[in-house]
Amino acid sequence: MIPLNITAHTTVSAAGHGGSELFDALVEGRSGLRKNDFPHAAIDTWIGRVEGLEQAALEGDWREYDCRNNRLAEMALQQDDFLAAVAGLKQRIASERIGLFIGSSTSGILSTELAYRRRDEHGTLPADYHYRGTHDLYSVTGYLRRRLGLEGPAFTVSTACSSSAKVFADAQRHIAAGLCDAAFVGGVDSLCLTTLYGFHSLELVSEHPCRPCDRARDGINIGEAAGFAIVEKQGADSAGPVLLGYGESSDAYHMSTPHPQGAGAALAMNTALQRAGLTPGQIDYINMHGTATPSNDASEDRGIQSVFGSETPCSSTKGWTGHTLGAAGITEAIIALLCLEHGFMPGSLNTQSPDPQLSSNILRDSRHTGVQRVISNSFGFGGSNCSLIFGTAPC
Amino acid sequence: MLRLFLEAPAVAAPGLDGWPQAAAVLNGATPYEGTALARVAPEILPPTERRRSSATTKLALRVARESRESGSPQDGELATLFASANGDTEILHQLCQSLAEAEPMVSPMRFHNSVHNAPAGYWSIASGSMEASTSIAAYDDSFAAGLLSAAVQASAEQRAVMLVTYDIPFPQPLAPCRPIVADCAVALRLTPQRSRHTLAECTLRFSAEAGEASAMAHPELEALRTGNPAARALPLLAALARQQEGLVVFDYQGGQSLLLELTPC
Repeated sequence: MIPLNITAHTTVSAAGHGGSELFDALVEGRSGLRKNDFPHAAIDTWIGRVEGLEQAALEGDWREYDCRNNRLAEMALQQDDFLAAVAGLKQRIASERIGLFIGSSTSGILSTELAYRRRDEHGTLPADYHYRGTHDLYSVTGYLRRRLGLEGPAFTVSTACSSSAKVFADAQRHIAAGLCDAAFVGGVDSLCLTTLYGFHSLELVSEHPCRPCDRARDGINIGEAAGFAIVEKQGADSAGPVLLGYGESSDAYHMSTPHPQGAGAALAMNTALQRAGLTPGQIDYINMHGTATPSNDASEDRGIQSVFGSETPCSSTKGWTGHTLGAAGITEAIIALLCLEHGFMPGSLNTQSPDPQLSSNILRDSRHTGVQRVISNSFGFGGSNCSLIFGTAPC
Repeated sequence: MLRLFLEAPAVAAPGLDGWPQAAAVLNGATPYEGTALARVAPEILPPTERRRSSATTKLALRVARESRESGSPQDGELATLFASANGDTEILHQLCQSLAEAEPMVSPMRFHNSVHNAPAGYWSIASGSMEASTSIAAYDDSFAAGLLSAAVQASAEQRAVMLVTYDIPFPQPLAPCRPIVADCAVALRLTPQRSRHTLAECTLRFSAEAGEASAMAHPELEALRTGNPAARALPLLAALARQQEGLVVFDYQGGQSLLLELTPC
């Protein structure tokens, strides 16, 4: 496929506001996870909560969009000189030629959850509740489209935990088909009662900081994050990181349990390699989905085995951010870009005793070493899989 | 501009139950009667999944199955794109209701059925397809966004894409916050090459200018078109049913439009 340049990116998660804070946290092994203190959610677990959202109300023209999810989106826009990068992009490319593809699994559902607690005696929702600006799945995309003055093709991708990885595939296709010259991609997912209680009901949340690939791993920590990237058609003088390939697949197996042999995961990874024109041996590092549930990590390990064997270094970064669900794809895509930029492979934080049942080369200690190509995995409920390959230069 | 081929339309909406019956209504051969659509579970779902799946999944799979059966047999390579503005409104209501209780609790099955890609997940289980699938939302223009994206995928990846769009009403108390008039689902296959099932060739153009969206002449069908995001597909279905050359215009997020030039084959 035609590779795309990644010309700017920004991120906010519990592990840091902006790329350099996140990278420092990775290098220092500093987790953003904390004991659950999210209001109205009395669940014994750890979470990746972003500081400062409660004070970051959207005001004036943007009041109708005010909700935790859109506040998080705005916070990410404010990091890493990203708004300047968007302004620069709009000077180079007509706004109707810039696609906007944003992943989210639950959007601003927290606003509806809290409004339901304020129903009156007739069961009516409070007058200050706005469905369209908050809970609606397109809310964050609509907010960004207006906020940034983008006029190209735009939609929200909502495929659970693969959402904001799949937006890169949409960007590549829209550019390859000639509809766009660039795209603004990313994802935003914020803490809410639906996911905290939902994953708890499936017995998938851990009472401890999550331990991906550990023999004692017992579930996820839910996190929240927002991240964006600008991807563009390659110019003659292009430099910097590139999207080399994407692969999408479906498990066709079960709604909330991954295929035990990782067949869907392997298909996504193989398709990404094929599109990139790469062999498995040309990948230096695998950023796993690595949620830290017993079945997810086992399934992904088998998938990795069948494609890469046991040599390629891999790790999960969920120990820093928690599982940020619909924002996991973009958060880990940006981690992959930071790894390429700095020559770094993060060890799997909190993995004390690697599960002997897993045969992938799971990094326990971080490495400062040249990294040319990274594959990033994102897998979601409904068996929705996406793998992305990023590199330092086109092959 | 994208050039592609359309085949295997399917529909489930009040008074439009399956393509053969709907086509006769939409081309004027038989009168429209807006009788409510009965909710049924499509047989393609295995019994366990039929029991577990929710209203939107059943509705989406009903048209997906109809479309698959009337198109070219190429399931192995068929990518799918599910476009819905609101997803499963009934489950969202049930979740928010349970979460407002003094002791919040949600059912695990309800939770996994609440993901926007639940119909896509059930479809892959039912059809056995491990192909790429995505699920998107774009408020009232979810169908136009899905149509353009499916056409982009068919063109960029040179493969057939099944587009499925569906929306159902919200129960109280959310209904007045986001009024949806009735259940509606539509499916359609977009292919990069002509097949023996091709109904029409079309070109699709994204315009930076707003346009006047094509409307339905029949007042009840027009009320359905504007009252359910999935029913924004009706003018395209009507053009396919009439087998007439012409332009179909869709709104795109208020300021832009999507122009589809249709040539029957």
